[in-house]
Amino acid sequence: MFSYTFHWNQAFRALPQMLDGALVTLEIALLSMAIGLALAIALTVFRLSGNRVLSGVATAWVEVARNTPALFQIYMAHFGLGNFGIHLSPFTALLAGIAFNNAGYLAENFRGALKAIPETQARAGRSLGMSSLQAFRYIVLPQMLRVAFLPATNQMVWAILMTSLGVTVGMSSDLAGVTQELNARSFRTFEFFALAAVIYYLIAKAVTLAARLLAARMFRY
Amino acid sequence: MFSTALTWSDLAFLAHGAGMTLAVTAVSVAAGTVLGIVFGVIRFQFGPYWSAPLTFALDIFRSVPLLIQLVLGNALQSIAKLGWPPFTTSCVVLSLYTAAYCTEIVRGGIDSVPVNTRRAARSLGMTWWQDMRYIVAPLATRVSLPSWIGLTLGVMKDSALVLWLGLIELLRASQILVTRLQEPLFILLLCGAIYFVISLPIARFGRYLEERWSPND
Repeated sequence: MFSYTFHWNQAFRALPQMLDGALVTLEIALLSMAIGLALAIALTVFRLSGNRVLSGVATAWVEVARNTPALFQIYMAHFGLGNFGIHLSPFTALLAGIAFNNAGYLAENFRGALKAIPETQARAGRSLGMSSLQAFRYIVLPQMLRVAFLPATNQMVWAILMTSLGVTVGMSSDLAGVTQELNARSFRTFEFFALAAVIYYLIAKAVTLAARLLAARMFRY
Repeated sequence: MFSTALTWSDLAFLAHGAGMTLAVTAVSVAAGTVLGIVFGVIRFQFGPYWSAPLTFALDIFRSVPLLIQLVLGNALQSIAKLGWPPFTTSCVVLSLYTAAYCTEIVRGGIDSVPVNTRRAARSLGMTWWQDMRYIVAPLATRVSLPSWIGLTLGVMKDSALVLWLGLIELLRASQILVTRLQEPLFILLLCGAIYFVISLPIARFGRYLEERWSPND
């Protein structure tokens, strides 16, 4: 049955290259998470604003981000925007696609988290003379971020897994891209991709662990 | 502005791709759910200590990108000389991926059934199997249904990745049309709309079942 000889040496020799790729993967995931978080807060403000146009934009964004494949969103950024004469590099397209996706999912998490914060708190803030934005910034937002921290951690892991989709739009510097290039040169598909899977697994676990330690420090009270 | 080179046969091509997406999703969700129920019951019954190997194995499917899993699955089947077509490989990998998530949902559902209810069933003389079948299953299903619908929709979207193995599903079909007609935005919007149209009835059906099954809440 198994007449295939494994050549793990080749894969291990390429390990430094792949670890460089893993750094790029982590960089894209962190950047997309930072952008997604900022956008998600903006979307939440839009939704709360009561302005019909703004909350419509926010709802449409969340629905599209959650009901179409992440790969579709990356294709949209890479091929779709070409119609407007905007040609994004694979890196930017990947980042834009994942950030769009993150923003949609995080905004939905925030909506759930908002339910845990009594409305009377914002009103108390207003009656102390805060503007509605101040009340959001100083009273609602800190509590919302705290409740949404764990779901956001999951989204971070998702972002790391999503970066592997970059290879379909020609990304060659992240972990999946590097692995695919090595694979195209040597056809040791199983060895290279198994090693990549181990690295992805370790990154995902490290991020989960780091988030848990961070949460233990930040949310002591 | 609204002229397009898209013909009816191109639309049929897209519809064919959508059919492939649906087929892969249906097979994977069906197989993944059965596996997930089995694994979920095992995880609950054996406790965290004895089911640790299973937990670890399933965790791998949730911590490694699906794209990598598909490539590995395909490489493995060719190493083992199974000679599977891409459709089979995709379905097997996606089923295991679904099962990994479904296990958590099932375990959570069983966990939500109060221990006293189950003890009451056993003290009425029900066997373990009867308890599972008539007490736990109905209660756990109600709790798990929303997450399960969410999982189904998620797998439907993730099934787009099988294009990497050469399967022509919805996204790949629209990509082929984009290459041929050079109208990326229009065709991709169409593709996104089809994804939307497919997932909407599933979400609606889930909400309908949820309302119907909880008349007393």
